[in-house]
Amino acid sequence: MAALGAMSSASAETLNALFMAQAAYSDSDVKAMTAAFEKDNPGVTVNLEFVPYEALYDKIVASKAAGGAGYDVVLYDVIWPAAFAQNNVLVDVTDRLKGLDRSQIFDGAWATVDYDGKTYGMPWILDTKYLFYNTEMLKKAGIAAPPKTWEELAKDAKIIKDKGIVQYPIVWSWSQAEAVICDYVTIAAAYGGKFFDDGKPAFDKGGSLDALKYMVQTLKDGVSNPNSKEYLEEDVRKVFSAGDAAFALNWTYMYGKANDPAESKVVGKVGVEPAPGVEGKTAASAVNGSMALGITAGSSKVDLAWKYIAYLTSKPVQDKYAQLSLPIWKASYTDPAVTKGQEPLVQSADVAIGLMTPRPMVASYQELSTILQTQIQNALAGKATPEDALAAAAKDAARIR
Amino acid sequence: MSGRIGMPSPWLLLGPMLVVVLAAVGYPVVTTIWLAFTDTRLMAGPGSAHWIGLENFAYVFTDADFLAAAGRTVYFTLVSVSAEALLGIAVALLLNQEFHGRTFCRALLVLPWALPTIVNALMWRLVYQPDFGVLNAVLSQTGLIGSYRSWLGVESSAMNAVILADVWKNYPLVALIVLAALQSAPAELYGAATLDGANAWHRFRVVTWPIIAPPLLVALVLRSIEALKVFDIFYVMTHGGPASATKTMSFFVYEESFRFMRVGSGASYALIVVLICMVFVGVYVRLLKRQEAS
Repeated sequence: MAALGAMSSASAETLNALFMAQAAYSDSDVKAMTAAFEKDNPGVTVNLEFVPYEALYDKIVASKAAGGAGYDVVLYDVIWPAAFAQNNVLVDVTDRLKGLDRSQIFDGAWATVDYDGKTYGMPWILDTKYLFYNTEMLKKAGIAAPPKTWEELAKDAKIIKDKGIVQYPIVWSWSQAEAVICDYVTIAAAYGGKFFDDGKPAFDKGGSLDALKYMVQTLKDGVSNPNSKEYLEEDVRKVFSAGDAAFALNWTYMYGKANDPAESKVVGKVGVEPAPGVEGKTAASAVNGSMALGITAGSSKVDLAWKYIAYLTSKPVQDKYAQLSLPIWKASYTDPAVTKGQEPLVQSADVAIGLMTPRPMVASYQELSTILQTQIQNALAGKATPEDALAAAAKDAARIR
Repeated sequence: MSGRIGMPSPWLLLGPMLVVVLAAVGYPVVTTIWLAFTDTRLMAGPGSAHWIGLENFAYVFTDADFLAAAGRTVYFTLVSVSAEALLGIAVALLLNQEFHGRTFCRALLVLPWALPTIVNALMWRLVYQPDFGVLNAVLSQTGLIGSYRSWLGVESSAMNAVILADVWKNYPLVALIVLAALQSAPAELYGAATLDGANAWHRFRVVTWPIIAPPLLVALVLRSIEALKVFDIFYVMTHGGPASATKTMSFFVYEESFRFMRVGSGASYALIVVLICMVFVGVYVRLLKRQEAS
């Protein structure tokens, strides 16, 4: 009887996996990859659950607090490993990676899974924000080349606005959410700003302050879409794809979607560049928005979970689905089968991936981010000056318990 | 005689039910109260917790952000519940009249209330969508606004926009309860009042109001409690933004417990919410008693 039980569990096993229902790979991509994995591993079923990005962290934390027997495989963001490592949420897979030459994968991708000398999963989505532009609108405005600096971007946007080509040339994801932090960090990196200095908050001075001033100024000048204050990345994509913006800052996935006739009115007019820099300081800027797959500490099927993760993150699978999310593997970027049709994106990625600025790797990141989101929004709403807003954020951040 | 012999004690009959109630209600309540006096962290588990007395509560009352959230929540409750009451009574009186298609209208009334909150919130987000939302389209075509506006992204309108969405979904509950009471009103009362020369307003005050007041109060108690602990509609429509203009008390409980993982202090926020609810309920109960006495 016991033998029989063991046999049946070996031939019919179930994995529970948690994914995200926006950006990067689409739901149907993940379903297709998983179906192929199940075909290769008869008897294995993978239950997929898709939640919006905003609910991903809550789900992982709640399942850990409830005993952790819920998910085996979870998708997680580059900002969470510190909190996860300190609370024993994920399985340490350092030993499983011993046979792999780490230099085949970009450093920015590894930053997603490494914490304190240990590795907690495999990077899966290598992502940063790019500057997308509408080539037709730039041409109409007589702008020969896309802007290389943030100042130039604001100037070009003003020209486009004054010529009446579009009412609000730039669109951003500045809603009270993690999205606004990603835009802010991108601009702050260009201005040479720092988050912390000697362990103390430093986002209220220097380049970090200049970044928020820039954001507020573009709103005052009417070149930024004021609705940006309630937008997430998907809203930005829709506005850009509807032809209602000349410039947009967004993740990799927008390139494919903005060129998809079923979703977009600007097919063939989508330009992409690395996010701009600041004269005399930086040539371009980028934020690390990568994501990874990990095994929860409560999983009883660690080996099978790892097999699934290894499959999803393998080069052939990533190459096959490179339309919405570029692979983590360096070798993929010279493979014509991967780059075909998205050469401009891959060219920009060449620059941007090397520059990716991380958000602070601290266990209390969620709280720090919430404080910053609130104060950045206060400044964007005109309730406080950028100086006062960031000073208040620094004061609150120093108080985090 | 035979009925008395072998008749189990009432406690024995109630026993299974009591066990279920204690497990389902008692356990979480006791745990929450205990947590509120500790520094428990969500992922570290209860074993790591320390008893810290009133420290969490001391923090709550010095937290200007929480006090602001409490103020916002009370505003949300007062405005949305009174709007629901007025609209509910008006619609109930209307649907109590004899007219063609009344049954159809009554069925239609239940529809918003039957929608899950999340669906309602998503629907209203589309209505308010600044670029192609129907609200902007209607208002600008009728000339009421000059250009398209952001409703949920602007501090001055975000809270009221959510209130409108909440009222639309919840006034049918009030209307249904009031309508049920109206149906039970004996027609002779109205006839007698008319004979006595009472006008419409008098008839409402003397005949209708005493009939609908007690069930209306019950409906308002239910709605007020729900409004004070409101979370989901804000989570979907604004996520607390812009610039925290729609951050309610329950949003704080959620953030503290699940985002920042401090379930101990999250529980203390939750208890404060319960206390505020009890104050509201107390006021209503007194009103109800006065109503019954008169």
